[in-house]
Amino acid sequence: MRKANRIITILIFIFLYAPMAVLILASFNTGKDITQFEGFTFMRYVEVFQDRSLLTLLGNSLIISILSSAIATVFGTFSAVGIQRLGPKMRKTVMGLTNIPMTNPDIVTGISLSLLFVFVGSKMLGQRNSLTFWTLLIAHITFNLPYVILNVMPKLQQMDNSLVEAAMDLGCTPTQSFFKVTLPEIMPGIISGAIMSFTMSLDDFVISYFVTGLDFITLPVEIYNYTKKQLQPKIYAMFTMLFLLIFVLMVVMNLLQLRQEKADRARKGG
Amino acid sequence: MKKNKSVLLSAPYILWMVIFTLIPLCVVLYYALTDVETGAFSVKNMENLVLYLPAFWRSILYSLVSALICLVIGYPVAYYMAHCSPTAQKFLYMLVMLPMCMSFLLRTLAWVGLLQDTGIINNFLDMLGLPRLSLIRTPGAVILGMVYNYLPYMILPLYSIIVKIDHRLIEAAEDLGCNGVQVFARVVLPLSMPGILSGITMVFVPAVSTFYISNKLGSTDIVLIGDIIERQFKQGDNANMGAALSLLLMILVFVCTGIMNRFGGDEEGGVPV
Repeated sequence: MRKANRIITILIFIFLYAPMAVLILASFNTGKDITQFEGFTFMRYVEVFQDRSLLTLLGNSLIISILSSAIATVFGTFSAVGIQRLGPKMRKTVMGLTNIPMTNPDIVTGISLSLLFVFVGSKMLGQRNSLTFWTLLIAHITFNLPYVILNVMPKLQQMDNSLVEAAMDLGCTPTQSFFKVTLPEIMPGIISGAIMSFTMSLDDFVISYFVTGLDFITLPVEIYNYTKKQLQPKIYAMFTMLFLLIFVLMVVMNLLQLRQEKADRARKGG
Repeated sequence: MKKNKSVLLSAPYILWMVIFTLIPLCVVLYYALTDVETGAFSVKNMENLVLYLPAFWRSILYSLVSALICLVIGYPVAYYMAHCSPTAQKFLYMLVMLPMCMSFLLRTLAWVGLLQDTGIINNFLDMLGLPRLSLIRTPGAVILGMVYNYLPYMILPLYSIIVKIDHRLIEAAEDLGCNGVQVFARVVLPLSMPGILSGITMVFVPAVSTFYISNKLGSTDIVLIGDIIERQFKQGDNANMGAALSLLLMILVFVCTGIMNRFGGDEEGGVPV
């Protein structure tokens, strides 16, 4: 039984990674066609760094994802503390509200926000160009917030409230007790919320596609425009580099976590 | 006193979410109920929804089939992962998550390269002297694209539930005379139900609303509801009809997830993250 599961698991991983292997291989191809490997070259990687517009697009994506996840993390953490203190009925309503962008298909979230921006921008404010950098940022913050809330809330619920009370008894103000006791305690939730919203934001195509204007375009949206025509092979080189970057980041994060756990175990054992 | 103050921290959030999730949905409703040319109140868009019912049914069918395939092939993977050493579990979890972080547009495009008539698979078959297959532009290719893209959304919630199953329950069942199949059917499977339900929801929702996968891997007569909505907004310029379609799609998704949550009895909304 276990042997059969092992074989299925291996096959599934091949299935998951084969298309990415094709893309990585295509990044070393001298030919333009993804299906014909004509010869080996590093030229595509040089082209990426020569292409100003491609680097600008990547920069745009990074600006939006870093800004939106940072804002959502701070905003979401404070909000989670507030939600935690709400009465049960109100809390349930607010969590229902939080679940709307999580449950709604991305296409509906994107369209509803774009209609709101266009409605307010053109009908109420009379602007011609109502989709800008700011509307894109608002959209990203909006779909990032629930990830932060849903990661921080469980940590807040698990936390021992007597710790906060003890801190206050020892003379902390509520603000001090938040920063000295609550914040370190819920930090793992905050970090995973931040990482999750950053990656969601970096890779988001569907919502950005509908709320993005002409003056600020992110990489996934432009890749979509590229895929309508013949794709330039340097895109594959970019994909390969991003793949490596994310792979290394994930391995490092895993190793750090393992070391942390080992340290925790040693501390508990000793 | 202190309690009241920290409650206030939730006010900006509630305001933000009302402005940027609830009000936009009202705007969608407004557009759906107005005429595209005159801007006057009209139920024309709602009536025209009937024209798009075949695309709706097709989307539902394809995404349900995809979700079931994901469950059948994802379950053994999640089960295997859950019974590895903790270090291996972490590593495998990372490997399942990694594709989710990479551009799904390019990954889908790679499938075009694999499946097309002069693609990698067909070239390979040619080399072996086998006849070429027509793989792309079929319903199967669209379902394959959905399964490929959303399989991690099935594996991860399944894994996080299976890994928590108390091993003593399985031993108890074995002691009481269950064979392997019985242990699985009577203990492991019922206990993994929450993971199964959230996995199905997490595959179904993005699959039913996709437009890129069917666009690239399907033929022109395999039109899904996501394709139609995208065209209304980006090409057809009938945003009002698109709004009506989005509204129906949203209701469909909320009804489906509602049913799933009812089965699961999960109160907090159950999105495993």
